[in-house]
Amino acid sequence: MPIELNVNGKNYSVDTSPDTSLLTVLRDHLELTGSKYGCGEAECGACTVIVDGDFRRSCVTAVAEVRGKPVTTIEGLERDGKLHPVQQAFLDAEAFQCAYCTPGFIMTTVALLRSNPHPTDEQIAQFLEGNICRCGTYPRILEAVRRAARAMASGGAR
Amino acid sequence: MNDKNRVSEAIEPERYEAFAPPSYHFEFARRDFLKAIGGGIGVFLLVRTPAAFSQESGRQGFEMEPLPQNVGAWLHVAPSGAVTVFTGKVEIGQNIRTSLAQQVAEELRIHLDSISMVMGDTLRTPFDMGTFGSRTTPTMGPQLRRAAAVARDMLIELAAKRWQADKKRLVAENGKVRDPATGRALSYGELATGQALAETIIAEDPLTPPSKWTIAGKPVPKVGAAEFVTGRHRYPYDFRRPGMMYGKVLRPASFGATLDSLDASRAKAMAGVVVVHDGNFVGVAAPTPEAAEKALAAIEARWNTTPQISSNELFAYLKDHALPGDPDHEGPLGPARHSAGSLESGMAAARKKFAQTYTVAYIAHCPLEPRAAVAEWRNGKLAVWTGTQRPFSVRDELAGAFHLSKESVDVKMPDMGSAYGGKHTGECAVEAARLARGAGKPVKLNWTREEEFTWAYFRPAGVIDVSAGLGPDGRLVAWEMHNYNSGPSALMTPYDIPNQLVQFQETKYPLRQGSYRALAATANHFARETAMGELAHMAGTDQLEFRLQHLSDNRLKAVFQAAAMKFGWPRRKAGLGQGFGIAGGIEKGGRVATCAEVLVDPHNGNVHIRHLVVAFECGAIVNPDGLNNQVSGAQVMGLGGALFEAIHFADGKILNPRFSQYRLPRFSDLPQIDVVLVNRTDRPSAGAGETPMVGLAPAVGNAIFDATGIRLRAMPLAPTGVKKL
Repeated sequence: MPIELNVNGKNYSVDTSPDTSLLTVLRDHLELTGSKYGCGEAECGACTVIVDGDFRRSCVTAVAEVRGKPVTTIEGLERDGKLHPVQQAFLDAEAFQCAYCTPGFIMTTVALLRSNPHPTDEQIAQFLEGNICRCGTYPRILEAVRRAARAMASGGAR
Repeated sequence: MNDKNRVSEAIEPERYEAFAPPSYHFEFARRDFLKAIGGGIGVFLLVRTPAAFSQESGRQGFEMEPLPQNVGAWLHVAPSGAVTVFTGKVEIGQNIRTSLAQQVAEELRIHLDSISMVMGDTLRTPFDMGTFGSRTTPTMGPQLRRAAAVARDMLIELAAKRWQADKKRLVAENGKVRDPATGRALSYGELATGQALAETIIAEDPLTPPSKWTIAGKPVPKVGAAEFVTGRHRYPYDFRRPGMMYGKVLRPASFGATLDSLDASRAKAMAGVVVVHDGNFVGVAAPTPEAAEKALAAIEARWNTTPQISSNELFAYLKDHALPGDPDHEGPLGPARHSAGSLESGMAAARKKFAQTYTVAYIAHCPLEPRAAVAEWRNGKLAVWTGTQRPFSVRDELAGAFHLSKESVDVKMPDMGSAYGGKHTGECAVEAARLARGAGKPVKLNWTREEEFTWAYFRPAGVIDVSAGLGPDGRLVAWEMHNYNSGPSALMTPYDIPNQLVQFQETKYPLRQGSYRALAATANHFARETAMGELAHMAGTDQLEFRLQHLSDNRLKAVFQAAAMKFGWPRRKAGLGQGFGIAGGIEKGGRVATCAEVLVDPHNGNVHIRHLVVAFECGAIVNPDGLNNQVSGAQVMGLGGALFEAIHFADGKILNPRFSQYRLPRFSDLPQIDVVLVNRTDRPSAGAGETPMVGLAPAVGNAIFDATGIRLRAMPLAPTGVKKL
């Protein structure tokens, strides 16, 4: 039986088994490849998406679990061709090298700032502990999150 | 000095790779070639010196054919004004798509946005050995600058002819040639219209000196960066072809296993599933990834296994299995060896003697994007999109595997999720192509993390023996260092020691091993700079002072001093568990010095690197922001190998092939990192992706000793914290 999904405000009907990972469905059924595979065991955060307002590692989330719940992926952050403040902050801080981890960091940061709009550096580091940047750009990621928090506090919040 | 140069050339190259000799035949006369793509102006760079390549890449298999038409890269100015640069180099996160474009923009006097870079596409770009060894900045950078400078002169010449003006008074700026005397101006596109001008250059055309750079030398943002923050960029893992199927490969039970029996009948019976069995290769292709996984799981196979070495016997194994030094038995590079003076008389003159052994574990590259490929056959020709640092070598691998001519294979490399030396090879591409041939449709094969951990290759493990002697004045009179297996990079000591013998010894080894960011320079610096720390302690001399006493290389001295000044060396310990260390060295034309502050928890022995100062000099800086990012990132990556990364293996299996079992540096490991860049605009630019990491492990080890009095001689230093000996 097809599974009904709502991703980035659009409704989809996907023909797969309920235990297929949300990541596989996003990438290979819906062709939304912005969410990345890195480990398949919720250890690196590259696959992070937002479900019902909270972040989820889509590689270990069975698609059936998100049936009917709003899912936001990196592709769904822009509004009217304008980058989300977190995307803009990562861009401005050049917080990446190969950038493969970037969508996951951005999605996790969106969730962080939603629950804690003014995080301390320690809180940022703690929240992002589950995301790996193998290129080692953590200092810039920290700076990007600080910038995003400032930008959103001064009116860019969504 | 000559002797020194010769030896360091012999012991520098990349190793552990099987290469097919490359060749590239440029098919068209260049003018016709330009006409075929719509005219304009082309500048073709001839690579004339195979020596430059053999130096980079080892003796074996790298003799370039002496082709008269051996193009290294080329640059095209189209009638539309678009400038396109074609190079076989690839973008893997090190930011050369940006830094190379910056250098072209500089010489061509155009805005960065007017340039597109076509990279790492074996049909469209000229042959290139690969992107490794920190060679892009010192070689491809100047070559493209030369090509751009020639194109600029050609455009000026065209304008001079058009206006009947003296070309000397014309200037190129902002994508136009302008005559200051009359105010006339023509855009590059207008000048290139109706032309099919080809120029061939070799080298030595004048370049803008770095001190006059206006675009190069500046921090410009990554080209196309918005594609990455929106998730739009298609990495190899994301790449798709119409009608493609998904592949999975059946992996042997252990290393060295051969297929005994196979029952794939259940998989074959599944709807839409194709099973490919060819010798030891077994794989499936299916319409969805879920179906491919299911089909693979339905295959029953029995394997014949053979006894394999385990990690707990690794170092004894390496030392016991040195390959004979006999010239008849030498490996690809033979034993790399350098000696000076007389070790025997040096040791005899020593007042204090020192001998220690250092070890370095196997570690994994762990690029966040594992290997991925999409293969498509059409009319006997093969196209593969895959992530690799060496598209041309992967092309040759594919041609060899399928008995095709090189011209029948096209390898394309979408900018990938990094590699760090770990993606030189084309296993995944070959597997995808084999499945695609069996399926009669394009096949996508994405390796899992576990496959990447198990079936790629590792940074070589090694054992390094150091012995040394201190003279009555507390200075080194003798130095001996033997590296077993990990590699010869940076084997030579930069310190002035009259009597020395250094040697790299090849051995048999248990795991597939290959390049890794900085190669053996990390291992050799770890052993040497830890030993230097021990010797300074023995001599009763300050760590920095002891090093400076033995240094005549002013550039290395300068980075040591720069790092020490920023760090405030020597610092006084303020609390329990605090310690400071310093280390540095020379590699790939760069100079690095690292100061580290650590905190060792007195209760559980856990080590936290609190502060790092890294001073780095690589000649003239091309992009300070990109360089800063590389140097800082190298510390974060390096601290994993320094403190806790290690591959464990037994019975032909990797025991920790997952991120939950193999610890990588995370936010909580992050120290304060201060990068001091020494810009030498009077010197050619050297590569910077690798060397900045080599001082880290010994600086941290020396700091742990300062903190605890415990000397650690194995990398990783403290996977489970520092324990009392």
